[in-house]
Amino acid sequence: MSESSSTNLLEMLNITKRFPGVLALDNVSLKVRPGSVHALMGENGAGKSTLMKCLFGIYSMDEGKIHFDGKEISFANSKQALENGVSMVHQELNQVRQQNVMDNLWLGRYPKKGIFIDEKKMYEETKAIFDSLDIHIDPRSKVSTLSVSEMQMVEIAKAVSYHSKIIVMDEPTSSLTETEVNHLFRIIRRLQSENVAIIYISHKMEEILKISDEVTIMRDGQYIATKSAKDLTTDEIIKLMVGRDLSQRFPEKVNKPGDVILKVSDLTAETQPSFSNVSFELKKGEIIGIAGLVGSKRTEVVEALFGIRALSSGSIELNGKLVNNPTPQHAIKNGFALVTEERRSTGIFPDLSISFNSIISNMKHYKTKSGFLSNSKVADDTKWVIDSMNVKTPSQKTPIGSLSGGNQQKVIIGRWLLTKPEILLLDEPTRGIDVGAKFEIYQLINELAADGKGIIMISSEMPELLGVTDRILVMSNGKAAGIVDTSTTSQEEIMRLAALY
Amino acid sequence: MKNSASQTTNITKWLFDNVIYVFLILLVVGIVIASPDFLSVTNLINILSQSSSRIIIALGMAGILITAGTDLSAGRMVGLAAVVSASMLQAGDYAYKMYPNLPELPLIVPILIAMLATGLIATLNGVIVAKLHVPPFIATLGMMIGVYGMTSIYFDRPPYGAQPIGGLSEKFTTFAQRGIPIGSYEIPYLVLYAIIATVVIWVIWNKTQLGKNMFAIGGNPEAAKVSGVNVARNLIIIYMIAGLLYGFSGTLEAGRVGSATNNTGNMYELDAIAACVVGGVSLSGGIGSVPGVVTGVLIFQIINYGLAFLGVSPYIQFIVKGLIIVVAVAFDMRKHAKKK
Repeated sequence: MSESSSTNLLEMLNITKRFPGVLALDNVSLKVRPGSVHALMGENGAGKSTLMKCLFGIYSMDEGKIHFDGKEISFANSKQALENGVSMVHQELNQVRQQNVMDNLWLGRYPKKGIFIDEKKMYEETKAIFDSLDIHIDPRSKVSTLSVSEMQMVEIAKAVSYHSKIIVMDEPTSSLTETEVNHLFRIIRRLQSENVAIIYISHKMEEILKISDEVTIMRDGQYIATKSAKDLTTDEIIKLMVGRDLSQRFPEKVNKPGDVILKVSDLTAETQPSFSNVSFELKKGEIIGIAGLVGSKRTEVVEALFGIRALSSGSIELNGKLVNNPTPQHAIKNGFALVTEERRSTGIFPDLSISFNSIISNMKHYKTKSGFLSNSKVADDTKWVIDSMNVKTPSQKTPIGSLSGGNQQKVIIGRWLLTKPEILLLDEPTRGIDVGAKFEIYQLINELAADGKGIIMISSEMPELLGVTDRILVMSNGKAAGIVDTSTTSQEEIMRLAALY
Repeated sequence: MKNSASQTTNITKWLFDNVIYVFLILLVVGIVIASPDFLSVTNLINILSQSSSRIIIALGMAGILITAGTDLSAGRMVGLAAVVSASMLQAGDYAYKMYPNLPELPLIVPILIAMLATGLIATLNGVIVAKLHVPPFIATLGMMIGVYGMTSIYFDRPPYGAQPIGGLSEKFTTFAQRGIPIGSYEIPYLVLYAIIATVVIWVIWNKTQLGKNMFAIGGNPEAAKVSGVNVARNLIIIYMIAGLLYGFSGTLEAGRVGSATNNTGNMYELDAIAACVVGGVSLSGGIGSVPGVVTGVLIFQIINYGLAFLGVSPYIQFIVKGLIIVVAVAFDMRKHAKKK
């Protein structure tokens, strides 16, 4: 090991990270050579981000060591990492959009002349870095006027300005066009020639095989393999990524799809880049899954169905009739319901009671003739939610925030069922919920479908999609890459479709 | 820029971006059409001198608004500074002196004492916001009420009790009421003070690290933190600068009016916030400019003065001002709003 430390720039050795009830990283190692592009691959939730957060000190690891540039290190925060030559180009770009490019680049360490900022030096140094990287952006332009790819270039330039020896790129191409991707690759090559190492996190097989020297694959928080990219094929990577056995974690399917109730044709979002030309049909009593990688615009599609996002073209037909959902109010009236992905920020009112959280979407049904709300009707419906969803709670008055994630989710599903929807849209319905509660949610989804509801369910967990749905719509980079029958498909086929565009 | 077809949209965009300046011009043109006499040097000087102390307050307020904060205690600090400075600058032969035995002080001493008091209070505001993480609205609401209490205790006491502090020394009234003679007119010193404050604040905002940090903190506090900006320290300094400006403005108010009470400056903070907002400062932080703030104050002062000049009922003036605040911000939101 001592001889390898001298050749590797970064060594993360035997990293273990536990969260309450979950082993997020189990003895994971990663070794990166100077001047190499090292791809880090794995399914959503495999532990890639957690590993990087350990590197940057955002999480503290429970076991393991990190060697960087011959020394053992443990950064307290990303600022410290940055100053020591380890930087990250985030998926969500962290910039002050109201300020200009060079202000962002030098924020926190402006070049100064006395007490004044040396604008000229700032401009010249920014320009020099941009020229060296072949970036054509005016350092004086406002960040809010830049495209996503330009903002990313600025982030990379910022990393270079800190004299980074290693740059982590998290899904850098998820919102780039092909020309922009090529430009990014040229920049990566140039950085490589200056002996900068890149950790490249991506799901896109072709890109990985094209740009990277080595590939490390993770699965379920475990280190699987590190191989030279030359010796790998797409199929081999997929096999390494998904190769797990599916245990019986899903209830037996009882629903029987009937006639088509929802017909979606050619849906295209108004603000691009987003989804375009998405078409599918949903049958009564059917569960359709939506698979796709982070950034494939799955959430955007269901949000558009629910009237949160504007459409530029496309139609939605419910029971043969054209429906128009410009706002969520219209969507609810037309029989749609949406359980959102971010339960905490857009689902629950944490400090308010289960009763309030159950009835909030259905308020007008409790109005009496005098215009006040009927306490008894409210109590009846809350009781129905608690009983039929099997919510474990001491009382109707308990604040929902004190329940477990699984029970919160059951209340929210119950809330939407009170509106008697025909179409139930579920965005990551089991995220952050423990295994036992997941089974109950699956059962609930199953029963609802058996009851004749049409269900669309987004999930990043492949086994979940395969275990619960009837058909799966695979999204790739904003396009519908295909619709597969759950009973005949495989994880490999879905992964291939997801990486299609 | 790229082709001629986009020229009209460019003009629309320019109008949108500069809507307050366009509005200022339209406002003046409108008043002049209604009453051509309005266009006189005397009126201009009056408007500028009435705007001066308010510009100074608004510049302090704007810095805080840009950090996505607010300061409800500004008006009460103006009052405190007015009372403190006036109490130490009464003429030697005035019968009701608050400090009968106080010798005549050099002008600068009471002004500095007043500014020190408001500077300290505002620094405390900054500490409460930045270190204790109390929302600025609440922190400064508490301070507003507390400072009024302090000012009143200072003001209402023996030997003469709650009487307006008047009889100000001549050098003090000269300092705030006179000006530099040019021809048959006089450029008020007040206007010069406002110009100096405007230039100093413009330099701080645009040429120093503090200014850049201020915009960064308001625009994206997370990014500022990650980039190594000491958010708490910068916030405290910005509140402190605002306090110094309020203090200076308070002494000017006392000198201009010729007396001070514990109610001097009451509600000035809301006028300042209104002027900033109309001048394009975003209450959600990160956006604002010094020329915008000055224009915002001028617009309100021209409405005040111009409508009075036209003989419009003061009640109608209130309705017009209220409308302008809401319409200006509605325009601004359209500029920034983007559909998902």
